[in-house]
Amino acid sequence: MWNTVKLGGLALITLLAAMASNYGRDFAYQVHAFIVMLAAAVTFVYVLRATGEPAKPRDTGYQDGVIRFGVVATTVWGIVGFLVGLVIALQLAFPALNFAALQGYGNFGRLRPLHTSAVIFAFGGNALIASSFYVVQRTSAARLWGGNLAWFVFWGYNLFIVLAATGYLMGVTQGKEYAEPEWYVDIWLTIVWVAYLAVFLGTILIRKEKHIYVANWFYLAFIVTIAMLHIVNNLVLPVSIFGSRSVQLFSGVQDAMTQWWYGHNAVGFFLTAGFLGMMYYFVPKQAERPVYSYKLSIIHFWALIFLYIWAGPHHLHYTALPDWASTLGMVFSIVLWMPSWGGMINGLMTLSGAWDKLRTDPIIRMMVISIGFYGMSTFEGPMMSIRAVNALSHYTDWTIGHVHSGALGWNGMITFGVLYFLTPRLWNKDRLYSLRLVDLHFWLATIGIVLYAASMWVTGIMEGLMWREVDPQGFLVNSFADTVGAKFPMYVVRATGGLLYLTGALIMGFNLLMTIRRAPVKAETPVMAAAQ
Amino acid sequence: MTRKSPQNQEVETTGHSWDGIEELNNPLPKWWLYTLYVTIVWAFIYALAYPAWPGLRGASAGFLGFSTRGEVAGDIARFEALNASIDSALAAADLTEITPGSDLYTYALNAGHSVFLNNCAQCHGAGAAGNVGYPNLLDDDWLWGGTLADIQYSVTHGVRNTDDADARYSQMPKFGADGILEDAQIAQVVNYVLQISGQDFDAGLARAGAAVFEDNCTACHGADGTGMRAFGAPDLTDAIWLYGGDAVTLTDSVTNARFGVMPAMGLRLSSAEVNAVVTYVHAQGGGE
Repeated sequence: MWNTVKLGGLALITLLAAMASNYGRDFAYQVHAFIVMLAAAVTFVYVLRATGEPAKPRDTGYQDGVIRFGVVATTVWGIVGFLVGLVIALQLAFPALNFAALQGYGNFGRLRPLHTSAVIFAFGGNALIASSFYVVQRTSAARLWGGNLAWFVFWGYNLFIVLAATGYLMGVTQGKEYAEPEWYVDIWLTIVWVAYLAVFLGTILIRKEKHIYVANWFYLAFIVTIAMLHIVNNLVLPVSIFGSRSVQLFSGVQDAMTQWWYGHNAVGFFLTAGFLGMMYYFVPKQAERPVYSYKLSIIHFWALIFLYIWAGPHHLHYTALPDWASTLGMVFSIVLWMPSWGGMINGLMTLSGAWDKLRTDPIIRMMVISIGFYGMSTFEGPMMSIRAVNALSHYTDWTIGHVHSGALGWNGMITFGVLYFLTPRLWNKDRLYSLRLVDLHFWLATIGIVLYAASMWVTGIMEGLMWREVDPQGFLVNSFADTVGAKFPMYVVRATGGLLYLTGALIMGFNLLMTIRRAPVKAETPVMAAAQ
Repeated sequence: MTRKSPQNQEVETTGHSWDGIEELNNPLPKWWLYTLYVTIVWAFIYALAYPAWPGLRGASAGFLGFSTRGEVAGDIARFEALNASIDSALAAADLTEITPGSDLYTYALNAGHSVFLNNCAQCHGAGAAGNVGYPNLLDDDWLWGGTLADIQYSVTHGVRNTDDADARYSQMPKFGADGILEDAQIAQVVNYVLQISGQDFDAGLARAGAAVFEDNCTACHGADGTGMRAFGAPDLTDAIWLYGGDAVTLTDSVTNARFGVMPAMGLRLSSAEVNAVVTYVHAQGGGE
């Protein structure tokens, strides 16, 4: 009966999408409607084949199939995102790589949002969804709530990624950084996100543990806040139900403020709170040590959640934003420094007593350097929010360096650690295919980050100083093109760092694949680790 | 010092265990807590010193009286006061009368360079060597004239813009697009231009093209094709081309014509700045 309802719904969606594809007013909308039609049709066939089959015995263990898909998706999207990042880094260094034949599809302007969305939403988002499903089941001692709803979340979210990514290449964007997808993609993401919240919250509600583990607080804060940010920042009026364009509800400085309230908290709740959730489970697990301080985790959680949401205006210093709003954004950012560091302290101190593992366990090493970069970028962020510092750093590559020390160092490294942790466990393997390859990945990624961040600091500060340089009579000394020319060597260094980072990720992809295919199967009765 | 190393300390756990993970009940690190307090106190002091507290009508100004607009306005006012006397001298000066080597001349060159980098370099290049469609300002081949007075007029009013009624203006007809000439005639006149500019040409076509040129082009480009500054019509006999001198580009130019626009810089720059940049451009090597 339930399958009949599903089949009816899917058939209706397929039909409506086919009509939308036919009546679409622009090419991109037609392509998107076609993709939706295909997705609905494939799902229809899939459901149809399962209909009438004898019901399989209900699984009672953890629901890990969807997490396995999440691990694969994270790895593949990560490699795609890093590759596009390398391409645009090279396009900045060598503009000739914006090939004339690819104008309108493969030039920097089209590829840049593809890169940011691929790494943040595709790589980071899949990592967060997969790891949160893993963590919430284990720490609640409960199977994911909602049956196949978790599968809907996974496939729905990845359909969102495909619609967003193809849209960027065809020029579908509402021009808001990190919120580029247009209205119909936004609506779809909202539906998927509500389902995600239902699965996660439902699992917590049916938990068999008395208390909710700290990692789940962070995951839940991330899911709830992202829903709020996403909806408010995407309040638009579509020009046509059959077109990919829309008109923003807010305008001028109100729109800018809404956008950076969103943008800053995308960093705060997607890339910080969500990934802290990861850290709070996988670091103690891998280190086999208790979390350092329960009290610290409570205080820094609530302080972080309360303070982060106010800090957005520091993205708009020296703009049309009134000075008072800019001041408040700045002081909240400074106060945010210690609450951010609470996570770093809890992560690093959890390892105390297990420091010797740094020598033998490259996964722990990845987690430690990730927490190190977390601490560094959460110090750098408040510092750059200071108005006087921002006067130099704003609009320069320093910002790019800051973002990447956080993204490559913190988000990337912790995700790599989690992928190495999850793969043998999810595929029931004894161990990873090769720890030496993990070690190689660690060094390639670390050197890559250092090259990236250092070159962007140098070129960012140089650029800022050149822009503001005036001669004794007050005349500007440099033209904009002078600063662009001066940055060239550092752009080459940056691209080299990106190449190293991408190479590391490819090695990880190989290692994970070989783990799944070749590594020995774990014995039925777990072999006890050698006693300490 | 009886500081215990973390490994040895006997802190109790909270008693919970999730999937084997326990939590120690360590107190908040002192330095962490006090630094947090310091940042909170600092935040209140800063918020009193600078504009911060919004009300129904505007926000508190802060006891330092700071504003970002005021900061920029202060910088500008300081330099304007510093340069006031020399700026008024430059604004009032007859540019032909400024002696090279004098203070005023040196000031005009430096200021002009800066004005050029921030207003002209986008099209004419940071080194003033031009780009396709944007004339080179280093040579002595001038479209509208290269004396100080000519350059001053071009900079002040611009070329073919709609903002300044006195902008320099001329428009070449679209000989092909508007059907004034047949394609064959265009091929002929292009070959004639190739001939007078000293390039490879088809003799037969060029012979016929001479007549086409005579009838259609000489009014602006002159009987000998050396151009006419009154119309900004370029010299077609030299090797300097604004859009390109090969057969394909010339065919395009004759067929669709060109309409290069320059903004009226007099609407954005002060007279002292205009005079400075005119002196600078004139001194680049081609000034007359």
